[in-house]
Amino acid sequence: MSDADPAHERYLLFPRGWALLIRYALLTIVALLFVVPLIWMFASSLKPEYQIFASPPVWWPSPPRWENYVEALTQLPFARFAANTLIIAVGSIVGHLLSCTIVAYGFARLRAPGKGYLFVVLLSTLMLPYPVTMVPLFIIFSRIGWINTFAPLIIPAFFGNAFYIFLLRQAFKQIPLELEDAARLDGATTLDVLRYVILPLSLPALAAVAIFSFQSSWNDFLGPLIFLQDQSRYTLMLGLSFFRGTTQINWAYLMAASLVTVIPVVVVYFVAQRLFIEGIAFTGLKQ
Amino acid sequence: MASLSGMRRREAVAFYLTISPWLIGLILFTAGPMLISLYVSFTDWDLLTAPTWVGLENYARLLDDPRLWQSLKVTVVYTAAYVPLELAGGLSLALLARPRLRGIGIFRTLYYLPSVLSGVAFVVVWLWLLNPRGGLFNLMLAQAGIPGPRWLLDPQWALPSLVLMSVWGWGRTMVIYLAGLQNIPAELHEAAAIDGADAWARLRTITLPLLTPTIFFNLILSLISTFQTFTSAFVATDGGPLDSTLFFVLYIYRQAFQFLNMGYASALAWLLFAIILALTLIIFRSQDFWVYYGGERAE
Repeated sequence: MSDADPAHERYLLFPRGWALLIRYALLTIVALLFVVPLIWMFASSLKPEYQIFASPPVWWPSPPRWENYVEALTQLPFARFAANTLIIAVGSIVGHLLSCTIVAYGFARLRAPGKGYLFVVLLSTLMLPYPVTMVPLFIIFSRIGWINTFAPLIIPAFFGNAFYIFLLRQAFKQIPLELEDAARLDGATTLDVLRYVILPLSLPALAAVAIFSFQSSWNDFLGPLIFLQDQSRYTLMLGLSFFRGTTQINWAYLMAASLVTVIPVVVVYFVAQRLFIEGIAFTGLKQ
Repeated sequence: MASLSGMRRREAVAFYLTISPWLIGLILFTAGPMLISLYVSFTDWDLLTAPTWVGLENYARLLDDPRLWQSLKVTVVYTAAYVPLELAGGLSLALLARPRLRGIGIFRTLYYLPSVLSGVAFVVVWLWLLNPRGGLFNLMLAQAGIPGPRWLLDPQWALPSLVLMSVWGWGRTMVIYLAGLQNIPAELHEAAAIDGADAWARLRTITLPLLTPTIFFNLILSLISTFQTFTSAFVATDGGPLDSTLFFVLYIYRQAFQFLNMGYASALAWLLFAIILALTLIIFRSQDFWVYYGGERAE
């Protein structure tokens, strides 16, 4: 729409002269507010213990103490935590992609009595606060022996997620029906249509779901806190919280451990940031 | 005709087959547990012995539990500060980062970056930033000759500190606003500018009204998630000092998993659900008064 008319675009969206200079200055100052804490976190992670509370403050340690990373990550079995987190994250991604794709296809394409009503139910589960199901789920999972296993954090993913189903449904609806009809005329079944028509044309949306699913299981805290008990089962976030709770906090170690735990989500974000942003915007606006 | 209705029926069967994973999950992991939760809320149960039916006792107890009211107050005050700040902050970021200037993508990326660090790591970083002795905030304040507060360790400052931390999450709402801003035709701005409207007038009369659906969407999302704040309270302050950050969900968690009061915890959870439902309905109803859907009326 606005892309169609570059003259208007230029008028509105390209400030010039002083306006441009001020805009860049503001953009930079705000960017510093977001980035300086991260740089400072990194600097803190490299400080020897005596420089942590030094006054006047040490902004950048010299020489940087890289050993902090080794020492911090061996105080608790962080490698074990990372492996646990990865198992849960990969399991959830696989579960979400399989289940949500199929369910979203039904909601996007097939007609049936009661569908509108079920779609409203789907959307309203988005509003359901987790604490309402948290207690009964704990009771159920403890009855069937799932406590202290990864099952409560992986198995439900195979039964869909309202947010991801909604996101995929929006994406599937944009694919022209003619493509599907043509395939059907050639004798394709629903699964064929999904595999050869719908999925190849919705890769960005599928990637967005994979990324959201990864991010949410990587960062999840309440779930692992309730369902996992032995330290050998801990996820990174649980381990980090446990580390922070130890009586004598070594801030350099804590910053080093925190930085390492967020590297995967940050890397995924930088690699796939366009998908991230499109995915969020997509569910938000294109109804 | 018969074959047409047969096709219809086959399509309906296919629909229910495709959505069956979600339907089964809905029963197993949502609807079923909700029924159990409702039942448990009428019992006294510590998970170790059999539950005993106590009728409405847990709900009566809600009325004179001072810590419940404290947790409700904390949650409401926090939400009332956090949600408007996030809506306005995200919008300001979006307006700032809107023009398609050279390198604008880098700025947008940086603004969104802290949003991916949600969870425990996010809280731990802030614990250090707000550390009274060695934290960045108090170091900067000290350089300016101002003695900094004890932030999360001070009952007066703990809740405002948690609100301050939320600044780092504005990138998420910014992204949604940026998408909303793209839908506003530049022609409207140009026409208004020719008629002599300055930037402020155009923001008030064009951008904001056309952006109300996006603001509405952000408001609902932000409200529902803020009411369920848990991780920051658990990791940063554990509800303290002096219950000044005892969030509602933290209180439910303690009743359920520390004191093993499954019945009372379930009653608390239903109270939370009722509050969120009521707020959401009120906001949905309020749409008619302030949300503009480009010619269509809100449904």
